[in-house]
Amino acid sequence: MSELLVMRDLHVAYRTGEGRLPAVRGVDLTVHEGEVVGVAGESGCGKSTLVSTVLRLQPKNARVEGEVVVLGEDVRTMRWGDLRALRWAGASIVFQGALHSLNPVHRIGRQIAEPIQVHEPDLPEDAVRRRVDDLLDQVGLSASRSRSYPHQLSGGQKQRVMIAMALACRPKLIVADEPTTALDVMVQAQILDLLRDLVHDLDVGLLIISHDLSVLADVCDRVLVMYAGRVVEAGRADEVFSDPLHPYSAALSGAFPRVGDPAARYAPAGLAGDPPDPRELPQGCSFAPRCPRAVDRCLEAEPPLVEVRPGRPVACIRVGEP
Amino acid sequence: MTATDSPPTAAPLSAAALTRRRRAASLRRNWALFRSHRSGLFGLTLLLLFVLLAVCAPLLVDPDGLDLTKATGTVLQHPTQKYWLGTDDSGRPILTLLIFGSRVSLFVGLFATLISMVIGTVVGLLSGFLEGWGARILFRITEWFLVLPFLPLALILATVLGRGLFNISLVIGITSWPATALLIRSQALSIRERPYLERARVLGAGRWHQITRHALPNVMPMVFANTTLTVAAAILTETTLSFLGLGDPTRVSWGSMLDSAFSVGAITTGAWWYIVPPGVCVVLVVLAFTLVGQALEDVFNPRLRER
Amino acid sequence: MTAAPDPGAAFIEARGVTVEFTTRTGHAARALDGVDLAVPHGEVLAIVGESGSGKTTLARTLMGLERPTSGEVLFEGRPLDYSLRGLKSYRSRVQMVLQDAAGSLNPRQTVYESVAEGIRLHGRARTDEQGRTETELVAAALAEAGLRPPERLFLRYPHELSGGQKQRVLIAGALALRPELVLADEPVSSLDASIRGEILALLLELRRELGMGVVVVTHDLGLAWNIADRIAVMYLGRVVECGTTEEVLTAPRHPYTRALLSVVPEIDQLEPVVLRGEVPDPSRIPSGCRFHPRCPALADGTADRAGVADACHHRPLEILPATGEHRAACHLV
Repeated sequence: MSELLVMRDLHVAYRTGEGRLPAVRGVDLTVHEGEVVGVAGESGCGKSTLVSTVLRLQPKNARVEGEVVVLGEDVRTMRWGDLRALRWAGASIVFQGALHSLNPVHRIGRQIAEPIQVHEPDLPEDAVRRRVDDLLDQVGLSASRSRSYPHQLSGGQKQRVMIAMALACRPKLIVADEPTTALDVMVQAQILDLLRDLVHDLDVGLLIISHDLSVLADVCDRVLVMYAGRVVEAGRADEVFSDPLHPYSAALSGAFPRVGDPAARYAPAGLAGDPPDPRELPQGCSFAPRCPRAVDRCLEAEPPLVEVRPGRPVACIRVGEP
Repeated sequence: MTATDSPPTAAPLSAAALTRRRRAASLRRNWALFRSHRSGLFGLTLLLLFVLLAVCAPLLVDPDGLDLTKATGTVLQHPTQKYWLGTDDSGRPILTLLIFGSRVSLFVGLFATLISMVIGTVVGLLSGFLEGWGARILFRITEWFLVLPFLPLALILATVLGRGLFNISLVIGITSWPATALLIRSQALSIRERPYLERARVLGAGRWHQITRHALPNVMPMVFANTTLTVAAAILTETTLSFLGLGDPTRVSWGSMLDSAFSVGAITTGAWWYIVPPGVCVVLVVLAFTLVGQALEDVFNPRLRER
Repeated sequence: MTAAPDPGAAFIEARGVTVEFTTRTGHAARALDGVDLAVPHGEVLAIVGESGSGKTTLARTLMGLERPTSGEVLFEGRPLDYSLRGLKSYRSRVQMVLQDAAGSLNPRQTVYESVAEGIRLHGRARTDEQGRTETELVAAALAEAGLRPPERLFLRYPHELSGGQKQRVLIAGALALRPELVLADEPVSSLDASIRGEILALLLELRRELGMGVVVVTHDLGLAWNIADRIAVMYLGRVVECGTTEEVLTAPRHPYTRALLSVVPEIDQLEPVVLRGEVPDPSRIPSGCRFHPRCPALADGTADRAGVADACHHRPLEILPATGEHRAACHLV
């Protein structure tokens, strides 16, 4: 199976007036064809920055080091022409907050047609229209929706439009940034089903970012958990969710309790404190200040990512200890 | 709450002390932001210069220079050693007229703006924030005034009220409040729907509390920025009205100087010292207020900053 | 001339409450279409539903922010007094934490002022039995909400706070009035996953320490499982199932509840039933049982076999009574 996306030792830091802000601190990630990979993390963990590097969309003040190889070529050193071709036709992004990504004064059909017209300018108009109708059908919307304006659609429908747009130029890799946040549970289930079916039918690779580990556990093959710019745990999605090895993954997993589990009644599980400020990362393990299992040793150095079981790298020095 | 912060502070302060501290801190912040706008600082300096000029007028030039009976200079004399800016058609020194004229322009400008802002803010707030027929009537009145053509209205009012300084300020205030009211109203309309207004209602706040404690403070920044721009407009309007002969006949203002200059044909006779100085002064003062106003808008614009 | 409160009545009660809005197109949209709900003292009740279910409208109506088009809201057995004074006195005993935590704080007010607002409005500093000053009351409220030491946050502005801190400030603002009940609309949906637990634990602690009742409005069944004693599931303006949390979430009787439960990602024992389409427009409520166009029991023939398919299409269901037993508004049960 070919590798669609490979990130090797990715570091991204922002240069701001207040100094250097490290957003991503050494991340390795691979997405194969037909595979669904999830990145779980909360605000400040660096996941949005990570996503922006895939198509070289990071802000101007971001310094990127390491490799971001998309469809065999390093995006960082790509020529502008190749990058343009890659954007949307090689890999596309379903952005967070469909609310703001759709232009409110243009009809849906026109917005979906836009990337098609950019990448295939010779395609005749009716062919474009047919492709738009096909895409709407693929995402479960009726073709008549192409004449609607964004404000006439519900949240779930807008998200489907975003997915249709991402599919417009037949990419091999799709990145979905928080695709189900702010959607109702039922609509979320519909969108996840849709994504699963698309991956299966079109044999694309899908990278999903979410703060909801339960969603990722449901739809991903593999998942990586990020905290403060680093990967703290990775492995098969259902395993990481049901048997987390890193205390942070345990907290994330516990935040969404199993309905029906008597142990979760009147026992909301959470962490004290807030995710760390990238400007002021603590000494040693960046999770130590909030970690229920932290000891003095944890403050000495950042724990390395070590495979404690086959296929289960974890960045915690106390895995396996009582 | 978080374990990583510094040790607690000293004994709790009173509510009044906290308010004072907050105000001082926000003043410092705003001033720092304003200072970073060079154009605003330039405008402010210019403004202070003119205010100084107006206030210290008797110290700078002899007030007797305004008296027609004491005019000793030659009529329409070009600038000389004795008369730096020459003389007018009655032999009075232009410089004296200019400096004393600044008083009228600034006074009328500021007073008219005060009237305009007070009426405009009250009407705008109430018509935007309240609901029902009261608000609708206020809005209709605003629209009506907005539609009335300025010059005929000013002419009528000036004729009816008479031509004192106070009356001219009134005329300008009455003709300019609708623009402010409209601006404030649209702000009030958007603020009314904000969640923190709903929270105030949930906490038990009546309408008066909502308007004075939430709507007004959130509208004030826009009012401030708008005020300086309104002063600029008011000064221009006063100049225009005086130029048209509607100003106070007993006082010299830059507008009346221009009026006299034109009526004695200063352009044809080439008496540029009669026209240029008052014109330049008007431009400079208006520019100063505009620059300050623009910088203030930046400082107070809620979209550019989180506050 | 007000009657004495009825000792047997629930603390707050909704009886046949209907709330109608007129949409831009002129149609009448029924956000609430007949709701009976009883909120007893000191209980945690979860009102669960998706968008369009009317849950937020119900919370707002219970709070007095909306007036029912028909039906009534009862407080201690008496109809809610919608006069300015009546509402103010009501809100000194029942408070609400609104949905948008970030927007609910006036950006130009410090944390101190936001929390002190309620205290000032109700003159609590004057009437405090322990003689505490306003500053002490604010500090106490912030500390109770988990922000310690409170003085450090007095002069902060909302934009300097994290999402969790903003939410706690809002809770402190409500707590400062010592209410007997707090309505919380989506208290944790905009917060990071790892800090949800803390806010929820805070709500439970307030119930335990202060005997405060909580009504949580949420779309998250997991949240209800975490903290609620009872649940009311809403669909398109009606309560379709209610009962204790254990009853409703482990043995759901309404097809909608079952479908909702089945798609919660952590549930393995239920086969996922992903409903088609979305919740219909409240201005076009379906005839008969409002859920019938999407009901899996109708679609797969269960209703036919039970002989109620016709009723599902044409016979509307009665409003569920407000009392304790586990009930579902479905022709099949």
